[in-house]
Amino acid sequence: MDSCMTLRRAQVNKKLRICSVGAPGELGRRIRDMGLIPGAEVTVVGKAPLKDPVALRLRDFTLTLRNSEADHIVVEAAE
Amino acid sequence: MATPKLTIGLAGNPNCGKTTLFNALTGSHQHVGNWPGVTVEKKMGHALAGEAELDVVDLPGTYSLTAYSEEEKAARNFLIEDRPAAVIDVLNADCLERNLYLAVQIMELGVPLVLALNMMDEVRKSGKDIDTALLTRLTGCPAVETVARQGKGRREILAAAYSLALMRAGEWTPLRISYGPDLDPVLDEMEAIVEAAGIMAGKVPPRWVGLKYLEGDPSVTRRGREASPEAAARLETLTAKVAQHLKKTLNTSPDAIIADYRYGYIAGIVKQVVRYPAINQERIRLSDRMDQVLTHQFAGPVVMALVIYLLYTLTFAVGELPMSWVQNAFSWLGDSLKENMGEGLLRSLLVDGAIAGVGGVLGFVPLIMIMFFLLSALEDTGYVARMAYMLDRVFRIFGLHGTSVLPFIVSGGIAGGCAVPGVMATRALRSPKEKLATLLTAPFMTCGAKVPVFLMLAAAFFPGHEAAVMSAVTLSAWAAALLVAKLLRSTVVRGESTPFVMELPPYRMPTLRGLCIHTWERSWEYMRKAGTIILAISVLIWAAMTFPALPDDANKVFDDRAMAVNAQLESQAETGEDPPAELEDALARIEAERSEAALRTSFAGRAGVAMESLTAPAGFNWRVNIALLGGFAAKEVIVSTLGTAYSLGEIEAEDAAPLSEMLSKDESFSKAAALALIAFVILYAPCSVTIVAMAKEAGWRWALFSMTFNTALAYVAAVALFQVSRLLA
Repeated sequence: MDSCMTLRRAQVNKKLRICSVGAPGELGRRIRDMGLIPGAEVTVVGKAPLKDPVALRLRDFTLTLRNSEADHIVVEAAE
Repeated sequence: MATPKLTIGLAGNPNCGKTTLFNALTGSHQHVGNWPGVTVEKKMGHALAGEAELDVVDLPGTYSLTAYSEEEKAARNFLIEDRPAAVIDVLNADCLERNLYLAVQIMELGVPLVLALNMMDEVRKSGKDIDTALLTRLTGCPAVETVARQGKGRREILAAAYSLALMRAGEWTPLRISYGPDLDPVLDEMEAIVEAAGIMAGKVPPRWVGLKYLEGDPSVTRRGREASPEAAARLETLTAKVAQHLKKTLNTSPDAIIADYRYGYIAGIVKQVVRYPAINQERIRLSDRMDQVLTHQFAGPVVMALVIYLLYTLTFAVGELPMSWVQNAFSWLGDSLKENMGEGLLRSLLVDGAIAGVGGVLGFVPLIMIMFFLLSALEDTGYVARMAYMLDRVFRIFGLHGTSVLPFIVSGGIAGGCAVPGVMATRALRSPKEKLATLLTAPFMTCGAKVPVFLMLAAAFFPGHEAAVMSAVTLSAWAAALLVAKLLRSTVVRGESTPFVMELPPYRMPTLRGLCIHTWERSWEYMRKAGTIILAISVLIWAAMTFPALPDDANKVFDDRAMAVNAQLESQAETGEDPPAELEDALARIEAERSEAALRTSFAGRAGVAMESLTAPAGFNWRVNIALLGGFAAKEVIVSTLGTAYSLGEIEAEDAAPLSEMLSKDESFSKAAALALIAFVILYAPCSVTIVAMAKEAGWRWALFSMTFNTALAYVAAVALFQVSRLLA
């Protein structure tokens, strides 16, 4: 598990797998509603002009997250 | 033999094509209302399934059925309280997994459910394959393929919903998913408790209540306490215990486990139903390629500035002509009434009160139609989501949301907008606190009706620097809006920012039909207001400026003076020469002075005079006070009222040169006062039309708050500015 990092620090266009989602309350609910749950594969496909928020590609769609929200999501590199 | 009409609900995620399907199902037979208790729009319509007429209700677009957002609350309450005969869940089939998350939650409630696999054209284009028959078998819900924007599958989905509704005849059959070894035993225990205590009995399945307890749902918890405090206490203890256990053993929470298992259940279905293309997996979609340019670090903002600029110029360039038609039509109506009616109060009421007031509002209709047409187009393409994405970092500093940029721009972020469509455009914001802060500050922007005031003052006190003044005004308006937003978000609208978790839907071509329906709805809403509340306000303002009338003896002084001039004119006419221009001017001047005296005598005038002691620290005299009072109704009134108060007769807002001259000569009105007045007009209460629009979006409480708060703020700013610039001068 030493390869784990928060999503904020993930590089663009690297395939990642979600290890855990630690967000509490409403934020956690919203993140999970979108299918960001442990095991899901995601790729950071872009960052806004001011580096925040980030655009995240899941298998079927793209969503955006603020860096402060990405902090709650721990990911690891997917081969 | 009239059978009772069945109600069909239309549920689905945002951006799944639900509204398009709703339009395709109901055509023009729809009407808009509000969900009880929330300010979310409720759309209803009729559709035919064969011979049977169905009521179709469009639920707000949601990702889930928790009770966090107003949309979710509205959707859930409809399912539980109104018990529709069947629900059509519109799924974006190109993104089936996430879309089934809502479907599964509806299935857990047990409502008869039909799945509309929408956007099947996109699915085929992306090379995916969906086994619809298998999906029906696995979920137990009839699934129908649709392409809403082409109207495909419209009849089939209605027929499926209708026959399911008849077959089930109001009976709910809830789905039971396993939530694993930690939660299942607790859920069983809870189910027994809920059933015995009768919590929400007959409305929802007992196991669902248990699930909501585990999810920490505040509204279900409250209803549990109301139904049976004792059972509720037991349920809460069970929840706390399992939450503690999960925290200790797995470092997670019940709601996270629930989401995991739900998605697990869905993944099991999707794995069998959807076949992804083997090679095309890595193909970069067109939409993603577009995003590489449109949200690029440098190109993105440039394109965005261009889009905003175009939206704006197009609106006003195209809107100008029809706008002048409407305004001309109203002034023609006013003029012909003037000619065909004897002078008197009734004529004045109709012409100066009703027609001027309502005409002023309706004059904006073409502008609003074009603005909303373009805005909806921008929204439907998916570009607005990108704008929010790019600008969020900036707006977040002030407690706002990336999407706040649109209402600001429309309200006059580029001088010349209108706060009414601006306020209405805040509807696109899905985060309630950010929406409220945006709505309350957007009216600071330099709307088209305020522009003449600034131009007139600039011409009077800063001749030659009008452009600089206008730029400074626009920038100050932005600064005021953003800073006040920050202030509000740290005081009355305090609270954590709403999560930005937001979908970036693929770029799509909007449908003309959808745009037209949307534009018409918004414009109609605006026109209806003009016919009712605005009419009343116009008449009220007219009355305040007309009554009490000038007393007879004062009137007689003017009559005598006019008679003397008239006598001179007549004697001139006898000589056969053209009457000298001075005499005509003198006559006009007397009438203008009479109007001034009449205005001063009226309630509004008395109020203006009475307020002089209050407004003296800001440098405003009674004339300015009356004009500002008129501005509560509509900002267009400010310049014309000021003209009357300065005895200039009728002043056109577009050509206020005489007024500028007059003001610059008036010793009781200094340059410092002009600065203070500019600040005051930027900040003070929004016009009555905007207030009504605000009340519609956020309730009367906030509309009245904005009226008083903005005026107080404007007063403080004006006094400070006046005093400081007087000291410096």
